[in-house]
Amino acid sequence: MEEKRFIYLDHAATTPARPEVVEAMLPFFTEQFGNPSSVYTFSQKTKAVVTKCRETIAKSINVKSNEIYFTAGGSESDNWALKAAAEAYAGKGKHIITTKIEHHAILHTAQYLEKRGFEVTYVDVDENGIVRLDRLKSAIRPDTILISVMFANNEIGTIQPIKEIGEIAKEHNILFHTDAVQAYGQIPIDVEECNIDMLSASGHKLNGPKGIGFLYIRSGLKLRNFVHGGGQERARRAGTENVTGIVGLAKAVEAAFADMDERAKKECEMRDYLIDRILSEIPYVRLNGDRRRRLPNNVNVSFQFIEGESLLIMLDMAGICASSGSACTSGSLDPSHVLLGIGLPHEIAHGSLRMTLGDENTMEEMDYVIDHIKEIVAKLRAMSPLYEDFVKNNSYE
Amino acid sequence: MYSEKVMDHFTNPRNVGEIENASGVGTVGNAKCGDIMRIYFDIDENQVIRDVKFKTFGCGAAVATSSMATELVKGKTIYEALEVTNKAVMEALDGLPPVKVHCSLLAEEAIHAALWDYCQNNDITIEGLKKPKSDIGEEEVEEEY
Repeated sequence: MEEKRFIYLDHAATTPARPEVVEAMLPFFTEQFGNPSSVYTFSQKTKAVVTKCRETIAKSINVKSNEIYFTAGGSESDNWALKAAAEAYAGKGKHIITTKIEHHAILHTAQYLEKRGFEVTYVDVDENGIVRLDRLKSAIRPDTILISVMFANNEIGTIQPIKEIGEIAKEHNILFHTDAVQAYGQIPIDVEECNIDMLSASGHKLNGPKGIGFLYIRSGLKLRNFVHGGGQERARRAGTENVTGIVGLAKAVEAAFADMDERAKKECEMRDYLIDRILSEIPYVRLNGDRRRRLPNNVNVSFQFIEGESLLIMLDMAGICASSGSACTSGSLDPSHVLLGIGLPHEIAHGSLRMTLGDENTMEEMDYVIDHIKEIVAKLRAMSPLYEDFVKNNSYE
Repeated sequence: MYSEKVMDHFTNPRNVGEIENASGVGTVGNAKCGDIMRIYFDIDENQVIRDVKFKTFGCGAAVATSSMATELVKGKTIYEALEVTNKAVMEALDGLPPVKVHCSLLAEEAIHAALWDYCQNNDITIEGLKKPKSDIGEEEVEEEY
C-alpha cells in the first residue's frame, strides 16, 4: 500500500476554518477582549467591530443589519425560529407545515411543539428529494401559522424551490422560515426575492468557527425573546456576544461570498466527475438526490448489497473521511429519514455513502477515492449474502 | 470505537465464502435492520465441524463477530459448537460497543440456524436446539435498477 493519506470528504458535517478567519479572531481573545456592552472607549471599539460584522452578514443575504441575530449555531437558530413563531402566533392558529427531510433540529423541535398542542404536517418529497409543491399547497389550512422548509438538504444536497414556497407563504399570509445551514455560503441566497421571514445559518459549514451562527428575523415580526437577560441582540438573545466567533463568522462569510462562483465551479467539476465515474464503473449503484438541483459539493450514492458502516471504516483505513445514512451510523435501528423519505427501501438506504467536497480537495484525490471505493465495494460484496443470492437468482434465468 | 481484535477480524475476516453441498446452512437477520449472516458447515461422519464459511451483510461488528464465531466452532463437534455463546464471541473479540452487542447474538443465532439445518437434513434431534427465528431465504431479492 502507498503512504497513508488524508482526504476529507465530509464538509457537510463541518469544515476547517480558513487561516485568515483564525487570524482575524485571535486579537479578540487577548488584546481586544472588551465587553461590547461596556461604556469606555476600549470596549466601544469591540462593539464597533461587532456592528461591522453584522453588516457584512446582512449584506450577504440582502437584508438590514438589525435583522441579524447571532446565535450559537444552526440548531439554536432552528429551535428559536420554530418555538418563538409558534408561541407568538398561537392565537392565530396552531398548525405548522414542514417536510419529511428536514434536519433533526427542525424535526425534533416540531415534535416538541406537537406535544404542546400544535399540529404539524410533514410534507412529502419526490424521489429526488424535492418538496412536492402541490402537497405543500394542499396542506395549508386557515390556522397554518408557519412553513419551514430547508434551503438545501444536508444528506442528498437537493436544493428546494424556495422562491416558489416563499410566494405560496406570502399569498396565504403565513410565516416562512428556511434552514439554510447547508446552502448559506455555497449558493446565492436573496431573502427579499424569496420572501423569507426567518433564516438559520451556521459558521462552521462555511470555513468559519464552530459555535456561532445566526438567525435572520424580518423586522416587524413579533417573536418572543429567546434568551432572557441583558440587552444584547436587541434583548432577544441575551448574553455577552461571542465576539471571537462573530469576527470569525464575518471573515468566513466575506471570503465565502468573494470566491463562491469559483469554488462552486471547481466543486461541481469534482462532484460530477465522482458521480459519473461511480455510476459508470460500479454496477448496482444509484445516485440519491436530484442530479441538477444539487449543492455543488454533494455526492450521495447507494451501493446495493453492502452496508454503509463497513464501507466507512474501510474508507477510513485508506485515509478517506466520509459519512453514511445507514442505521449503524445514525445511531438508531432505522437508516436515514431522508433516504427513506425519497422512497428508498431500507437495505438500499443502509448502503449509502455521502461525500461532501471542499475547496481544498483536488481532482487527483477524486481518482484515489474512486479507486478505493471500487476495491472496497467489490470486497464487501464478495462477503455479502445478499449479493450471493442476487447472483444465484440471476444465473437461473 | 472498536477493539484491535474486532478491527483485525473485520479487515481480515477468517473463513469468508461458501461451501458447496454444505451439511448445514443457516441465515439470520434481515436487510431491513441492516444485518444478515449466513454460515455454512461441512460436518463429518463423527459430527465434527470439518470446515465452516460465512457471508455477512452488515457493519464492522457484524463481520467481526461472524468471523470470530466461525473460528470458535471450527474443529468442534456439533454439541460443542452449540455451547459457543454470544458472550464467548464477544470475549474473544475483547468486547464490543454496547450498541453492537446484538451482532454477537446474531452470530450465535447463525451457528444455531446452521446446526438446525444440519440436524433437519440428518434426522437428528438435539435437546434445546430450536428452529431459527428468521430466515431471509424466502424474502424477495431487491430488483436491480
